[in-house]
Amino acid sequence: MDSQNFDMGDIDIAWCPGCGDFAILKILKQALAALEIAPQELVVVSGIGQAAKIPQYLKCNYFNGLHGRALPPATAIKAANPALTVIAESGDGDMYGEGGNHFIHTIRRNPDLTNIVHNNMVYGLTKGQASPTSQRDFKTPVQVHGVCLEPFNPLAAAIALDASFVARAFAGDAEQTVEIFNKAITHKGYSLVDVLQPCVSYNKINTYQWFKANTYYLDETYEPTDRTKAFEKACQTDKLALGVFYMSPEKATFEENLVAYRKDKSPLWQRQPNKEKIQNLIESIKNM
Amino acid sequence: MGRESSTQSGDVSIVLCGPAGMGIQTVESLLTRILKQAGYNVFATREYMSRIRGGSNSTEIRVSSNRVCAFVNRIDILVGLDKNAIRHLEKRISSDTVILADISSFGAGFDQSRWTFVNAEFTQIASDIGNKLYSNIVSVGTITGIFGIEEDVVTSCVSQRFGSKSEKIVRENVEAAEGGYQIGCKLVDSGKISIDIQPDSSVEEQMLLSGTEAVGLGAMAGGCNFIASYPMSPSTGVLAFMAKHSADFGLVVEQAEDEIAAINMSIGAWYAGARGMVTTSGGGFALMTEGISLSGMLETPVVVHLAQRPGPATGLPTRTEQGDLELALYAGHGEFVRIILAPGRVEEAFYLTQSAFDLADKYQVPVIILTDHYLVDCYYNISCPDLTDVKIENHIHQTQADYRRYELTANGISPRGIPGYGSGLVCVDSDEHDQSGHITEDLDLRVNMVDKRLRKLDALKNEILQPQLWPYENYKNLVICWGSTYHIVKEALAQLGCDDTSMLHYSQVYPLHPDTAGYLNKAAKTVIVEGNATGQFCKLIKLHTGLEVDGKILKYSGLSFTVEEVAESLDKMLD
Repeated sequence: MDSQNFDMGDIDIAWCPGCGDFAILKILKQALAALEIAPQELVVVSGIGQAAKIPQYLKCNYFNGLHGRALPPATAIKAANPALTVIAESGDGDMYGEGGNHFIHTIRRNPDLTNIVHNNMVYGLTKGQASPTSQRDFKTPVQVHGVCLEPFNPLAAAIALDASFVARAFAGDAEQTVEIFNKAITHKGYSLVDVLQPCVSYNKINTYQWFKANTYYLDETYEPTDRTKAFEKACQTDKLALGVFYMSPEKATFEENLVAYRKDKSPLWQRQPNKEKIQNLIESIKNM
Repeated sequence: MGRESSTQSGDVSIVLCGPAGMGIQTVESLLTRILKQAGYNVFATREYMSRIRGGSNSTEIRVSSNRVCAFVNRIDILVGLDKNAIRHLEKRISSDTVILADISSFGAGFDQSRWTFVNAEFTQIASDIGNKLYSNIVSVGTITGIFGIEEDVVTSCVSQRFGSKSEKIVRENVEAAEGGYQIGCKLVDSGKISIDIQPDSSVEEQMLLSGTEAVGLGAMAGGCNFIASYPMSPSTGVLAFMAKHSADFGLVVEQAEDEIAAINMSIGAWYAGARGMVTTSGGGFALMTEGISLSGMLETPVVVHLAQRPGPATGLPTRTEQGDLELALYAGHGEFVRIILAPGRVEEAFYLTQSAFDLADKYQVPVIILTDHYLVDCYYNISCPDLTDVKIENHIHQTQADYRRYELTANGISPRGIPGYGSGLVCVDSDEHDQSGHITEDLDLRVNMVDKRLRKLDALKNEILQPQLWPYENYKNLVICWGSTYHIVKEALAQLGCDDTSMLHYSQVYPLHPDTAGYLNKAAKTVIVEGNATGQFCKLIKLHTGLEVDGKILKYSGLSFTVEEVAESLDKMLD
């Protein structure tokens, strides 16, 4: 499939020139095309922020919901119709800050969806405040004396929660990131891809050059099934590793665990209430 | 006020009281089932403390010849399982109350002279059988003996209840019930207690149903196949009910990490074509309010069961109130259409919950079912809900390639597609959006979209439930109420026996029925009965009709209104 299948044509895009979001959009289209996923079978769920605008610029079904709340509807959409491919995509503030609780519990639930997080270590749409992943001493109009909170480490948190699939990518490297997206989308279970991405307007520290100088790829000898090793890699923050950090031993997905699909595989929208069965239940309550 | 004298007859109020963890609920559920099986009309309501052990919890069971379904203050027979029970209910015990208790278990120094005690050796009989814990079942047996229910009915109900336990436990429970039964018969023979209530064989064909079960069954009958919620009293029973039947009925039931996740999940489920709901109470609903607004903007339906309890904040977790009407009315930022239903009776909780799913689907708006602790927790015998005439509507639209989710239409309702059904794409956006669902800052379009969303209010006006006027078409006094107070106000009016006073009960509180002003204008005097401190429905009526209600009867102690207090207040207020 050609990635142009996902193009929206001549549209006005609200991102700043040079924003890493453009690169991620292009990469996502390439990955989806490579996987032959039809726009009709795809649902992209996002929250609020510049990154969360991504489905607006992609030909697909989408649910652009509330700030921080992409994961709960994404989980429910997959649970209501497991045949759909579901991607939950937003920025670091949305997923790790406002939606932090959902991030934890979605990993525990393990729905078969892909969680792509644009991580530029700053708030863009609200004009440059610290995000949960901003590095220490990062100065902003609100954090005027510099950030003094420990940066949130999404990979370490996900591995600690035994997430099904955990990866980090860099928006400046299309080739490798397409590969990582492909793996994440085809992986059965919850997949996290934290995508490092510069913010050209509000983060003058973590630039393209900075990311290039401070990242490296996990090599071929790296074994992503070793959780302890993965955690160690995730905790390494002087240089940031890229690639697939961790894949948990195979476990049932949220949808597979649902009793709703034990006898009937059809999506919920195709089901009608069984009046006779409900009438029988009423009768059994009567005789209780 | 023209009035005939009326006395309570053919109606006995039995109250069971004891500490949490002592099996009051077992006694209550067993006793009510035996009574119903024997053809007696039964109503039960509990009040309990927010704790797992100890304290004093009580259940009122009303048994009657003609069905009554309301909380009364009066206690005819009090079964006190410990001495604290007497203290707990002191204000409700009158000279006519017979206290049935094992006084030996109250300890030395207990002054029984102030009240009418009938000693019953519950503990002794239980100990003789082998365990003091059986004293509860002895008390059940005693009540059934007093009613003169056939002993076979009693023993078969007891055997059925404990059927899953070992043979020894079943036998001992049956023995305990039989022992109690003999006490009951002796009390009647000796003339210490007498009861004059006629069983009615048609009751046997009815079912005992609680508000919680009615909401759960109604949801299933309404095609609900997805529920995500976070536990919160008194709403959790609905979640547990759905979970219990999830495997049989193919329901997705998920305990969310918080109420925010719960409502966002349910909206997501509707987006994908499921019929989703949440069940919660005030505090949880407060957390969901951004989600209510989201449902309004996305025009993705959602059904919320909001079981009220007293606030603010944590308030009284196990008590009742009608204090969240304004929260439900105004929850969510921005302007959008919603529907708020407030069932007054258990059977109505079934039918209105069922219809809530069709309404939500048809108008693509949030529908809130506003109950309270009193309604969800009480139960009584009702005719079994009949699904024969229940029609499940389906408003899902198969999309074409050029599908636009927010097509501007005359009635404001745009055909609702779902992802994966048809060749179109379904784009929904919490930002202001164009007809295709894409973000826009075209401010003319913004105005068109607001107008489109609000037009749905006109579209649904024909389906607003008519408030129920009872008993007279023409009246001098009008008593207005809504939600769970239906039977209480009705019985209070019946007790007063006025021939010039009617009740106007609202089962849908929003949008307010357009005939409201007409009803009020017909009355010389209007009084409202509400379980809150500020008269929230009264304010809503004023807002929409400009009319002031003349008198307010308000209660916000955490307990439900009693029939007597409503009757007494009305008696003072009405001419």
